[in-house]
Amino acid sequence: MEKKTPLYQLHVDAGGKMVEFGGYLMPVQYPTGVIAEHMAVRQKAGLFDVSHMAELALSGPDAVANIQHLVTADISGMVDGQVKYAMFCNEAGGIVDDLVICRQAADRYVLVVNAGNHEKDAAWVESHLFGDVDYRDISDEVAQLALQGPASGRILSKLCTQEDIPAKYYTFQENCVLHLGSRDITALVSQTGYTGEFGFEIYCAAADAADLWNALLAAGADEGLIPCGLGARDTLRLEAAMPLYGHEMTDDISPKEAGLPCKLNGKDFIGRDAIIARGAPTIKRVGLKVTGRGIVREHCELLSKDGRKVGHTTSGTFCPYLNYGAAMGYVELAEAEIGKQLDADVRGRKVAVEIVPLPFYKIQR
Amino acid sequence: MNFPAELKYTRTHEWVNMLDDTTALVGITDFAQSELGDLVFINLPTVGTSVVRGTPLCDAESVKAVSDINAPVSGEVAEVNEELLDAPEKLNEDPYGAWIAKIENITDFTDLLDAAAYQALTEEA
Repeated sequence: MEKKTPLYQLHVDAGGKMVEFGGYLMPVQYPTGVIAEHMAVRQKAGLFDVSHMAELALSGPDAVANIQHLVTADISGMVDGQVKYAMFCNEAGGIVDDLVICRQAADRYVLVVNAGNHEKDAAWVESHLFGDVDYRDISDEVAQLALQGPASGRILSKLCTQEDIPAKYYTFQENCVLHLGSRDITALVSQTGYTGEFGFEIYCAAADAADLWNALLAAGADEGLIPCGLGARDTLRLEAAMPLYGHEMTDDISPKEAGLPCKLNGKDFIGRDAIIARGAPTIKRVGLKVTGRGIVREHCELLSKDGRKVGHTTSGTFCPYLNYGAAMGYVELAEAEIGKQLDADVRGRKVAVEIVPLPFYKIQR
Repeated sequence: MNFPAELKYTRTHEWVNMLDDTTALVGITDFAQSELGDLVFINLPTVGTSVVRGTPLCDAESVKAVSDINAPVSGEVAEVNEELLDAPEKLNEDPYGAWIAKIENITDFTDLLDAAAYQALTEEA
């Protein structure tokens, strides 16, 4: 039986098309449709329920050593209120999941992991705990809303003081006071997201989520804010070339192959020696622009112009803002140069693609 | 949701406009476009090919997924609506105007639903 986020009924009432994702019933889109929702985030603002994401809290004197043992990033230089992107790797150097690490204090952290990997990650973290550390899975107590788009700052500032809004990308304010009309709540507000756009992710108590959702939509009405579903979340992340677990990242792919942050000459972590032992990657994650007719999605073979299989796609869709089809995939290193022309096998039909630089879309920060 | 009375329908959400006893325009219904979401590409059938009722005629891509469009009748593809190649959104905006193919030499147009029966089917869904 699928779980429901605290906002489930609001999504249904708004006409959200509900689908199972990561064990939750989530809106894939509202009646506005994926394209309009995608464009709202690029041009105005969109509000996403991402409460399906899981939060694991570690605190205590050995919290930092425990996290360092698990993640590909060096977290020793982190400061309070900083967010860092990293991965958990397995002993063979493959990726267990990607995550963000929020440092609340030197001895207090929250790890935010994917819904689809929630149980796997929780078991992974728990099985590796050592020393004096308190570990709690707080996912059911926490709701997460993502307010994304160029108008996000103006919308958020209607609910809180400017000082409570994190000013820099990948930083957060832990006890942001948000005025929801009749009452105030506190939330953790971070300037992060999974859309490639300016915006915020807001972590609040599950019981406060519905009021916060409604207050944000009301505050953003003049700015063109609309609720957005997971469909737009996926097209936005693909346009921004952000990897997705189960697609660009798997238990077999190493962070080096995926071209993702992985500090091999810093602190030790599970999988580091295996990644070093794998040597230089022989495949590369690439961006593909569809130059032929059609949409190239995941699991398409990539063929050189002489018909040899040189790779495969891992994600692909139509990019509404860029107005072309794009995909990501893995290609043999020798074939992976920018400008290379390949064919994607789309259900037996060859669709021409070109390797282009990633990301497809990038805002100026 | 719109169900024009003059059209015939399939259980797989295509419409048929019989121009005469052996010629028809076919497309996808308002219900189908609503379920599929924003359409971004249609892989049109090839003119001159034979199609069989209930088997794939072509496919359409929404932002999220690819879906087969079945031939509602058996016959030959006489014409395709090439306008849809550059404007697949017409399938969303005007599903009954955005015909996909003209089928001629129709040999089988059995098992089609009238508008009332089709509407009832979509309401069960």
